[in-house]
Amino acid sequence: MSTELQVLKPGDFASDQDVRWCPGCGDYSILAQMRKVLPTLGVPPEKTVFISGIGCSSRFPYYMNTYGLHSIHGRAPGFATGLKTTRPDLSVWVITGDGDALSIGGNHFLHVMRRNIDLNVILFNNSIYGLTKGQYSPTSPMGHVTKSTPRGSIDYPLNPISVALAAEATFVARSIDSNIQHLGMVLTRAAQHRGTSFVEVYQNCNVFNDGAWEYAQDRNVRENNTVELEHGKPLIYAKGTKGIRLHGFSPEVVELGDRVAVDDLLFHDERAETPTLAYILSRMRHPQFPEPIGVFRAVERPTYNDLLNDQIAQAKSERGLGDLTKLFTSGDTWTVAG
Amino acid sequence: MSTTVNDVTQSKSSRHIEKVTDIVVRLAGDSGDGMQLAGTQLTNTSALVGNDIATFPDFPAEIRAPRGTRAGVSGFQLHFASSEIFTPGDGLDALVAMNPAALVTNVGDLKPQGILILNSDSFEPKEFKLAKIDQDPRTTGALDGYRVIEVPMTTLTRTAVAETGVSQKLADQCKNFFAMGLLYWLFGRDMSATLRFIESKFAHKPEIAEANRKALWAGWNYGETTEEFASTYEVAPAKLEPGTYRNIMGNQALAWGLMTAAHLSGKELFLGSYPITPASDVLHELSRYKHFGVRTFQAEDEIAAICSVIGAAFGGSMAVTTSSGPGIVLKQEGIGLAVMLELPLLVINIQRGGPSTGLPTKTEQADLLMVLFGRNGECPIPVIAARSPGDCFDTAIEAWRIATQFMTPVFVLSDGYVANGAEPWRIPDVKTLAPIAVTHPAGAENGTPYRPYQRDEKLARPWALPGTPGLMHRIGGLEKEDVTGNVNYEPGNHQHMVRTRAQKVENVASAIEPITVDGPESGLLVLSWGGTYGACRTAVVESRRAGKQVAHAHLRWLNPFPANLGEVLHRYQQVLIPELNLGQLRMLVNARFGIQAVGANKVQGKPFKVSELIQSILGLAE
Repeated sequence: MSTELQVLKPGDFASDQDVRWCPGCGDYSILAQMRKVLPTLGVPPEKTVFISGIGCSSRFPYYMNTYGLHSIHGRAPGFATGLKTTRPDLSVWVITGDGDALSIGGNHFLHVMRRNIDLNVILFNNSIYGLTKGQYSPTSPMGHVTKSTPRGSIDYPLNPISVALAAEATFVARSIDSNIQHLGMVLTRAAQHRGTSFVEVYQNCNVFNDGAWEYAQDRNVRENNTVELEHGKPLIYAKGTKGIRLHGFSPEVVELGDRVAVDDLLFHDERAETPTLAYILSRMRHPQFPEPIGVFRAVERPTYNDLLNDQIAQAKSERGLGDLTKLFTSGDTWTVAG
Repeated sequence: MSTTVNDVTQSKSSRHIEKVTDIVVRLAGDSGDGMQLAGTQLTNTSALVGNDIATFPDFPAEIRAPRGTRAGVSGFQLHFASSEIFTPGDGLDALVAMNPAALVTNVGDLKPQGILILNSDSFEPKEFKLAKIDQDPRTTGALDGYRVIEVPMTTLTRTAVAETGVSQKLADQCKNFFAMGLLYWLFGRDMSATLRFIESKFAHKPEIAEANRKALWAGWNYGETTEEFASTYEVAPAKLEPGTYRNIMGNQALAWGLMTAAHLSGKELFLGSYPITPASDVLHELSRYKHFGVRTFQAEDEIAAICSVIGAAFGGSMAVTTSSGPGIVLKQEGIGLAVMLELPLLVINIQRGGPSTGLPTKTEQADLLMVLFGRNGECPIPVIAARSPGDCFDTAIEAWRIATQFMTPVFVLSDGYVANGAEPWRIPDVKTLAPIAVTHPAGAENGTPYRPYQRDEKLARPWALPGTPGLMHRIGGLEKEDVTGNVNYEPGNHQHMVRTRAQKVENVASAIEPITVDGPESGLLVLSWGGTYGACRTAVVESRRAGKQVAHAHLRWLNPFPANLGEVLHRYQQVLIPELNLGQLRMLVNARFGIQAVGANKVQGKPFKVSELIQSILGLAE
């Protein structure tokens, strides 16, 4: 193996398998951005592993020329946990969807976050079950009419960012499939963060839920319906005409002008010790508010994999490398003569 | 106890010493009375003097069931002998009952003329009410056939520890040491091991250590002083195979076997597990050995546990999950994936009474069909079962050897009886254990896609590890194309892959020992598996002694069966299959080999008694 640094290209991360998502699916864009971002991270394909659950998005690993594990529904974080704790040298990505992560895999989603295992969890949120052909998902809005909800959904939806924050995630971000520059930036930030990085990607399912995120994707209106979060900067959107001001614990939309200055606006702090501000931001939903995209929270906390491997190293240095014979003969023994 | 030597000698205190070949004793009391601790101490001490031993701890699922009630009774049975034994014994030679509830729930197992030691302080109306008995059993004649010895243990213990100044509550917690001291005297045992135990266990609580020491001696001295006991008993050391021994429990042997298998294969051990009775002790034990490189992960649920194990196996670790029936049910989808991925890992099922939550602390063998067939699709897995506490060590090593040779998950079956039981264990010389050869393909130049499902002559696929250049590949639960491992839905390919996975597991038969038979070559064959080994073996030997033509064979592998099993079965006119279920192995064997084996089946949460099996054998054998 050469020690010389190889210059990697997006093609180095593409497998020889035909991509089989529906034409026009938002997944293509996310795949393309991932293939673009990975060569910039300094991690070779053989040190990269994609692990997915079940669903349209979970076919992702097959299209990457890395190591990959297409697992079972909702459980990708479990596989990733076992791999990362035993192989901390690998860069591990979890690819999941709204049904996979938040419905059948809800429990694992919570626990991987609080443990802060050094993984990147990318949730493709299309608010629908695509692979099973169009049932409502845990992020579908109330009243959503689908094959399984002919009179409209009566399930109150989950907010993935709020759930991740409540589960003590150390890195929480949101991006949009069609906003490729922003998506590339967020994926890069997620990869750089040490700990569980959670990224929600608004992803269009053009077959079963077309246009669900149109307000955030359409070039003509997205400026008015989204606000980009940047650390230390005020929340300004709509081409600089509007901003978000904090009124007590509630955000409010304000017009920038004579009566409201930039300094009056809410300044984003992704490194805030408590997730309170990030949680307030996560509650801003269309159409009442512009929806924040970018990094909600990025804080440092020891990772489970580091803590476990530190305990192993510490035990070895304190007690010396374990010796089975010594262990077996410890305590009371007796000898039967031949 | 069976008396073989009739010479009665005199001890210093003019007490008869009766030499016997074996003794079965049970301590029974409230869950909080420390019966398990007392039993374990008596076990260790008996093992140290060289007796063969077998134990049967039997405790309620509740941590502290209401005090004084029948539901709260916890028991520990010990069989120690001067010859090799294989069961904790049927009838009791001696029973210690710490309260009326313990008496009424256990006295039925005491042999006629057996020694019955009662804590007389607890025989009072309030306790009778808790135990739901109307009358003092000491006055009804119900105990007439036993040698009843009433000892006011509570009072005597309080008096003995008074000068240490411990509270009355703490003083009462020393009762079990008083009972222990009395038994040590009765069986002529050296107390030094228990005194050492007290020293280390209560190193930071010297007053409690002192109280327990005083209680222990008080029990001993009581035996020495009272005129109630006509004699004491002596059980000579057993003639076991030469070597250095220690006492070992099933779950401990299993944990050590796993660590040894990791060592022999040059792997680091990863355990992903979720707490469940009676498997949690393996998690506890392994979590102590971080200096051996053992990583333990207490997952959020049973499903995450198996998934973490598959992830660790993908990464190249020796990955293991432990559970019991209700947890195994939850893991089955993950296990199916492991079959599809063809990764080596171990799934350990310490069976308990089912279905559903069932009898968490009691034993059963009713998960056999579930582990064989409880997954969707044609999903074969090799299955091995441990037969005794010490055997768990060898079972773990053999399971890992097969898992790595054939690139397959392997099910290891134990049960509550094996897991919590104890026996002497001959400490192996680690250097002489056969290494487990594991290879991983080396890196390759990027270019030709790697072929993860290219098989060797055993049909095993290679174990390529993430991090290896040029071998990047994707595996998953979707059906795979032969050789390339790419997703493939073609009908012919699926049939080929289903048959290949089945054949691979069948091929394991060529790598395991043929089944051996103890006894005559015709007549009745008793076929056993798992934890019923000891009872079956003992029952067969005793039946032969009674002139019956009966042989015994024990199955270590339940899937695949040893290659010679059919041939062996067809030699016998009758086959009896005792199981702690309603006949699961029997169904398999009858279907597979076209015989009409009969069953001896028990589902009471308890192991077989030897006498029950003898009865079954006598009903069939010539």
